[in-house]
Amino acid sequence: MQTSHPAIRLLAGERGTQVFLALLLTVGVAAPIMHLAFPEGSALHLSSYTMTLMGKYMTYALLAIAVDLVWGYCGILSLGHAAFFALGGYAMGMYLMRQIGTRGVYGDPVLPDFMVFLNWQELPWFWHGFDMFWFAALMVIVVPGLLALAFGWLAFRSRVTGVYLSIITQALTYALMLAFFRNDMGFGGNNGLTDFKDILGANINAPGTRVALFVASAVALGLGYLACRYITLSRAGRVVQAIRDAESRTRFIGYRVESYKLWVFAFSAVLAGIAGALYVPQVGIINPSEFQPINSIEIVIWVAVGGRGTLYGAVAGAVLVNYAKTYFTATIPELWLYALGTLFVIVTLFLPKGVVGLADKFTSREPAARAVTA
Amino acid sequence: MTNISCTLFAVPGASPGPLFLARRALGWLALLLVVGMLARPAAAAESTSFEQALGHLATANFKQKERAVGELLDARHANTRAVLNALLEGTLYYRKDDRRVFIAAAQDASLRLLDPLTMSDAGTAEASDYTKITTNNQLRKTLKSALASFDLADPDANVRLAAVNELMRSLDADSVSILRARQSSEKNDAVRTAISTGLAIADLDSADAAVRLAAVEQLEGSLNPEAFNRLSALVTKADDGSYAEPDENVRNAARAALNEIDNWRSFYRTLETLFFGLSLGSVLVLAAIGLAITFGVMGVINMAHGELMMLGAYTTYVIQLLMPQHIGASVLVAIPVAFLVAGGVGVLIERGIMRFLYGRPLETLLATFGVSLVLQQIVRDIFTANNRPVETPAWMAGSLQINEAFSITYNRLYVVLFMLIVFAILQLVLKKTSLGLKVRAVAQNRAMAKSMGVRTEWVDALTFGLGSGIAGVAGVALSQLTNVGPNLGQSYIIDSFMVVVFGGVGNLWGTLIGGMSLGVVNQALEPYAGAVLAKILVLIALILFIQRRPRGLFPQKGRAAEN
Repeated sequence: MQTSHPAIRLLAGERGTQVFLALLLTVGVAAPIMHLAFPEGSALHLSSYTMTLMGKYMTYALLAIAVDLVWGYCGILSLGHAAFFALGGYAMGMYLMRQIGTRGVYGDPVLPDFMVFLNWQELPWFWHGFDMFWFAALMVIVVPGLLALAFGWLAFRSRVTGVYLSIITQALTYALMLAFFRNDMGFGGNNGLTDFKDILGANINAPGTRVALFVASAVALGLGYLACRYITLSRAGRVVQAIRDAESRTRFIGYRVESYKLWVFAFSAVLAGIAGALYVPQVGIINPSEFQPINSIEIVIWVAVGGRGTLYGAVAGAVLVNYAKTYFTATIPELWLYALGTLFVIVTLFLPKGVVGLADKFTSREPAARAVTA
Repeated sequence: MTNISCTLFAVPGASPGPLFLARRALGWLALLLVVGMLARPAAAAESTSFEQALGHLATANFKQKERAVGELLDARHANTRAVLNALLEGTLYYRKDDRRVFIAAAQDASLRLLDPLTMSDAGTAEASDYTKITTNNQLRKTLKSALASFDLADPDANVRLAAVNELMRSLDADSVSILRARQSSEKNDAVRTAISTGLAIADLDSADAAVRLAAVEQLEGSLNPEAFNRLSALVTKADDGSYAEPDENVRNAARAALNEIDNWRSFYRTLETLFFGLSLGSVLVLAAIGLAITFGVMGVINMAHGELMMLGAYTTYVIQLLMPQHIGASVLVAIPVAFLVAGGVGVLIERGIMRFLYGRPLETLLATFGVSLVLQQIVRDIFTANNRPVETPAWMAGSLQINEAFSITYNRLYVVLFMLIVFAILQLVLKKTSLGLKVRAVAQNRAMAKSMGVRTEWVDALTFGLGSGIAGVAGVALSQLTNVGPNLGQSYIIDSFMVVVFGGVGNLWGTLIGGMSLGVVNQALEPYAGAVLAKILVLIALILFIQRRPRGLFPQKGRAAEN
C-alpha cells in the first residue's frame, strides 16, 4: 500500500469511499440531465425544488465531512462549525448583495437596501471589494480560516481540550450570533442578507444557474472528500489520529500536537466556509439564525448518525438526517423534535459507529477492526 | 404664625388677589381641620353640617362647589377625606331628582353607589339618573392640598412622606404654609428632611438673597430631583447672558451644591449597578451551581440542564394554577416541588441514559442534548409554545426605597438572598453529610472510592438528582424574573457553562465568585456598550481567559485533576 501511487491509495482499499464516489458521480451527472433534458410532467423530470434540495444536502454533506475530520479523526468536538459555515455564507451573501445594484427596493447603486433603510451614507469598510467575485471567494476561505487559526492557536496552545473546548467553541458561535443580530454590525441584522438577483452575471433563479450551483456543490463535495481522505491517509493524518487516541503519548513521543490540531482545525473551518458559500445562493438567504448553537450540535449528530471517523459515514448521516428533517417538518412538524431528540439518544447509546458501522457489521465477513473512541 | 404670613407675602410676583386670599383661607381651614380631626371624633351635630355641605356640592357652579368644600372641611366629619378624594378622582355623583350625593364606581351603564354619610353600600343604579360632579383646575388644586394636609396628619409615616412629596410637586403659598405648620411637630426623620427640602425649594424664590443662600446650602447633597432641577435653573445662563439668580454668591453656592449632588448621584448609580450586577450574578450562580455539581463530580456535560430549569419554572406555573387563592405562598410551595420534579427527571436521565455513557463525556453531551429537545417539545405540547404568565406574589413586588436616587426592587433582593441560602445548603450537604463525603470522594478519585466500598453508581444517581433538583429550584427563581416559555432553558445554558468553566470545575466557591463577577462586569459594561455588546464582550473575555487559565479561577488540585 505504502508504495502505490497516491491517487490509487485515495480510491482503493475502502468500499465506502468507492460507493460514495460512484454515487456522487451518478447523481452529479444524472440530476442535471433529468432536470434540463426532460420536460416537466415527464416521469424522468427532476423538479427544480428537488434539485435545489439535493444541492443543499450536498453542502451539508461537505460541512459534515469538515466536522468528521476534526471530531472523528482528531477528537476535537467543535460546536463552532455552524459559525464557520455561516461566515462563508455571509461572505458569499455580501457578494450577492452587491450584485443587486440598482434593482433593490431603494434603487441605490452601491448601498444594499438595509443600509439605505438604516440611513447609512456610505459603505462600511468591510463591504469594500465584495462586488468582485474573486475577492468574495477569497474571503469565503480566508475569514473562517483565519478565525479558526486564531481561535485554535489560543485554545490548543494552552491545551484546552475535551468538553472545555466544546464549550468555548459554542460560546464563540453564540457571541457571533449575538453580534450578527445587531443592526449596527452592518450585516443586515436579524433579517440577514436576501433577495439575491445575479451570480456571476447569471440570474440566480434560472434553471441553468441552479444546475451550475448543483454541479459546483457536487464537485466541491467530491474534492473536499478526496482532500480529507488524502489528509487522513497521509503521514500527518496518522499523527492526527494518534492525537485522538492518546494525546499525551503523542506529545511525549515528540510530535507538536498543537500544530497538527491547529492545521486540521483551520482546514476543516475552510471546508465549512466553502460549504456555506455554496449553500447561500441555493437557499437564497443567510441570516444570524445560522449561528445558533443548536445548528452546530445538529451537524455533530449528522456525523454521529452516519458514523464518525469514516468520512463517507458523515455524508450518509448528513443526507439521512436532513432528508428525515425535510420529511418530518413537511408532514408532522410537531414530531420532528421528538424524532431528533430520540435520534441523539439512540445513536449515542446503541450506535456508537453510526449506520455505517451497522452496515459494516452485516456485510463484512471479518469483524470491524476500526477503533473509534471519544 | 406671623412667620408664615411673612413668607406668604414675600413670594415674588404673587399679588394677593381675591382668589389667592380665598385659597389661602382654605389652606387655613385645612390646617384647623387637621388639628380638629386629631382632637376629637365626629359628633352628631357635625354629621348634619356634613350632610348639608354635601348637598351644596350638587351644583354646576364652581364657586359654590369651592364653598361647599370649605364647609365639608369645617364639618370635620370622618368621611370628609373619602368625599374629597372621590371628588378629585371624579367618582362623586348626585342623583338628578333629589340632589343626593353618592360616591359611585361606574360599571358599564350602571353605577355602584356608596353612601358618603355611612360609607355603606347603596346598591346599583342607572347611570343616566346621575350627574357627575365635575371639577376645574382651581378646585382640583384646592382638593389636592386639602387631601395632602389630611395625609400629613396620618399616623403612618409613609403616607405622610407621600403627602409631602405630593405637595412638593406643586409648591405654592398654601402648600408651603401647610408644610411649615407640620415641620415642628413632625417626629419622623425622613418626613422632616423631606419637609425641609420642600421649604428650601420654596425659599429659592425668596426676594432676600440671604434666605436664598441658606436655602441653597440646605439643598446641598439633597437627592430630590426637584431640588436638582431648581438649582440647575439658577445657574443656567439665559440667551442674553443673564442668570435666573442675580446674586453671584448664591450662584456659586448653587454650583457647589450641584457638584455635591452630582457626586452623590454617581455614587448611588455605582451602588445600583453593583446591586443589579450582584442580582444578575445570583441568577447566573443559581443556574450554574447545579451544573457545577454534575459537571464537577461526574465530568459529565448535561445539556438538558437548562430544560430542567424550565421544568422548575413550569412547576411554579402549575402550582399557581392549583392554588390561585394563595399566590403569595405558591412560590414557597413551588420550591420543594420543583426540586422533586426536576430532581426526579434528573435521576431518570441518569439511570436511563447517562450511566451507559460514563467515560465518554462528548457523547453524554449529545445524548443529553437530545433529551433537552424532547423536554422542550413535551412542554410545547402541554403548555403551547406561548409564554405562560407566572404571577409575582405581593411580597415580592415593589421596591425598597433607600433614598430618592437609590432603590432596590424586592424581587432582585430576594434572588440574591435565595441564592445565598441555596448555596449555604449545598455547602452544608457537601461538607457535613455522609452523602457529601461520598460525592467528594467519587469526584476526586472514582476508582479509589469504589474500592473503599462507596457505591459509586448510587452516588452518581443521587448527585445527578441533586444537581438537577437545584436546577429546578433555580427555575422557580427564574419564573419570577423572566418569561416562562419553552426556550427559557436555552437562553441560560451557555451562560451557566461559562460560569462553571470560569469558576473552575468542581468548586462551588469558584462558581459563586465566577457568577457574581460575570454579573457585575456585564452590568457595568452595559451603559457603555449596550446589553448585547456587553454580553459579546464578556463572552470574548471569557474565551480569552480560558486560554490563560484552562482550568478556571479555582482549579481542582491533585492528581485526579488531570483529565
